Amino acid sequence: MDKDAYTSRKLASDQDKDILLSMEDVSVSFYTHRGIVKAVRNLNLKINKGETLALVGESGCGKSVTAHTINQLIPMPPGKIENGKVVFEGRDLLKLDEKEIASLRGDRISMIFQEPMTSLNPVFKIGDQIADVFLAHHNIKKEEAMEKTINLLKLVKIPAPERRIKDYPHQLSGGMRQRAMIAMALASPEPGLLIADEPTTALDVTIQAQILRLIYDLKQDIKMSVLLITHDMGVVAETADRVIVMYAGRKMEEADVYSLFEKPSHPYTQGLLNSLPSNKKYEDAARLEAIKGTIPDLLTIGSECPFENRCPHAMPVCRESFPDETKIDDDHSVWCHYVEGEDASPSSQLVGDQGEK
Amino acid sequence: MLKYIFKRLSLLIPTLFGVVTIVFFMIALSPGDPARVMLGERATAASIEKLRHELGLDKPLYVQYGLYLKRVVRLDLGKSIKSGQKVSEEIRDHLPATVELAVWAMIFSTTVGILLGVLSATRKNSWIDFGSMASALVGVSMPVFWLALVFIMIFSVKLDLFPTGGRMNIRYYFTPISGVYVLDGFIILLKTGDPKVLFSALHHLVLPAIALGTIPLAITARITRSSLLEVLNQDYIKTARSAGIKESRVIYRYALKNALLPIITVVGLQVGMLLAGAILTETVFAWPGIGKWLYHAIEARDYPAVQGGIIFISISFVLINLIVDILYSVVNPKIRLS
Repeated sequence: MDKDAYTSRKLASDQDKDILLSMEDVSVSFYTHRGIVKAVRNLNLKINKGETLALVGESGCGKSVTAHTINQLIPMPPGKIENGKVVFEGRDLLKLDEKEIASLRGDRISMIFQEPMTSLNPVFKIGDQIADVFLAHHNIKKEEAMEKTINLLKLVKIPAPERRIKDYPHQLSGGMRQRAMIAMALASPEPGLLIADEPTTALDVTIQAQILRLIYDLKQDIKMSVLLITHDMGVVAETADRVIVMYAGRKMEEADVYSLFEKPSHPYTQGLLNSLPSNKKYEDAARLEAIKGTIPDLLTIGSECPFENRCPHAMPVCRESFPDETKIDDDHSVWCHYVEGEDASPSSQLVGDQGEK
Repeated sequence: MLKYIFKRLSLLIPTLFGVVTIVFFMIALSPGDPARVMLGERATAASIEKLRHELGLDKPLYVQYGLYLKRVVRLDLGKSIKSGQKVSEEIRDHLPATVELAVWAMIFSTTVGILLGVLSATRKNSWIDFGSMASALVGVSMPVFWLALVFIMIFSVKLDLFPTGGRMNIRYYFTPISGVYVLDGFIILLKTGDPKVLFSALHHLVLPAIALGTIPLAITARITRSSLLEVLNQDYIKTARSAGIKESRVIYRYALKNALLPIITVVGLQVGMLLAGAILTETVFAWPGIGKWLYHAIEARDYPAVQGGIIFISISFVLINLIVDILYSVVNPKIRLS
């Protein structure tokens, strides 16, 4: 994908009518016996039609909770959506009843999970599991559903699908299982949004590339949108159109993928990119840089910037309030007091700062 | 598969040898003398000695044991001291009554137990959950004979809803066809159009089946709850939900089939327990099955009958467990029997 093609697509998708899903000011908490875990705080995001949005961040930053807020699979209790709106094709999903949301799940909003090993039901044949999703959403006969299942398995490039439908999950390899999962997520006449929750984390690298390629191709063919949840910056660079960097339940930076990798503006994003292994760095230092410290306890977190305790540029104001949006570019925003205080194009300076440390 | 079954069946031999040995010495060591029991209190020493000689009880224990083993190997369980009838025939005559009672108790305990377990698991920490788990605890802790007596007191004596015992209203006497009265009653209904026998058989079954099924029910309910709760936390349940499968289908098809494995184990063990529980239940309800027969055999120190009865129950127990293990492979495709 070259940059010009990307830009033209971006411009085309800028109008509001192309927004498939938007989340406005969404906060999700979990009421545990130890206290209230503030998993997601005041999150805004939108996904355009045909776009891949990547949610990036480390474990526990609220990526998966965000995904489950969309398809309403947060266990309640202990979970609770405190405020906000999740608008999908003009409807606020949070206002739908269980039956209405269930009819969207697997039909317009599908999901694939991290662990292909445990995400397929071990006691049913692959074919039956996928056909069951067809049967749940369409008024068709079992034989027809099976036929559609075979076609779908062909689409996700599973060899000999007529034989494979009779296999149980444990008889398939990890990559094949993930393909079967993807097929299951596509068992619908027109999938709208595919939520991919770390789809390649459990797979080895060669298979990873195949699966990402598959998701990308399917997205192009079916014209669906993808919400890609990952902690892998490499995966982001390969597949995403836009990126949201999350940290401890907050959105830290949002940008199109090129801008993010060119001008990472939030100290956390810079830290993430710095901790990627690269050939050059290997020659230089032989050791990976890591962000010092650990994520704060979501139980005790207040209105401060959650990255404050690990940030190389932390200032007193960071302890007092969460920053407002700072526009770096048309399609690039960051939430950081330090950047806010700097003048235009602070990013190069920041990278320099960190290099000295 | 066949190889596996054969292997399991061959394991039956050492098991049975152990059972035969333990039963033989346990009975021989227990107080009481069958000759004395049979002849009554006023018997003379000479007549007792004569009977003991006839029964072979005057021989040394190891000789008796050897003789007994010799007969068992030839599948000869001997003759009942009390009735003079062959033990195998007595077992055959009493078996249908026990099978009928056990099957109904099993149907009752398994269906109601799984249902209660599912309700508890899906409404975790609700009053339904607490209520059914509390009654399950009471159920497990209740001795069968006491529960049976309470049932008789309330439902038979006070409320007069069910008979106090027996299998059939004696006025509807008929010649047993299969010996399983519900089945016989059904055949009679088809032949003559008379439902009296069928209804009477079912009417007599209610209390003993519920009494016998209560403990298995409670155990089944508890294991269903915990097994289902564990399964409902699995990733594939999340997958099914995210694919828009209806919640009822997610629970009763996707989750329950996975949760079934430990349930089958427990239910299988319960069948064995039922045979033991049947001894007490049948005695209280005057149910003419193996249990009551065995109880009277023990009372009369009828050695061959007691030994034969226990060996029979042991074989049934082992066979039932074999069937359970075969069922595993049906439910869980990952288990290959080899």
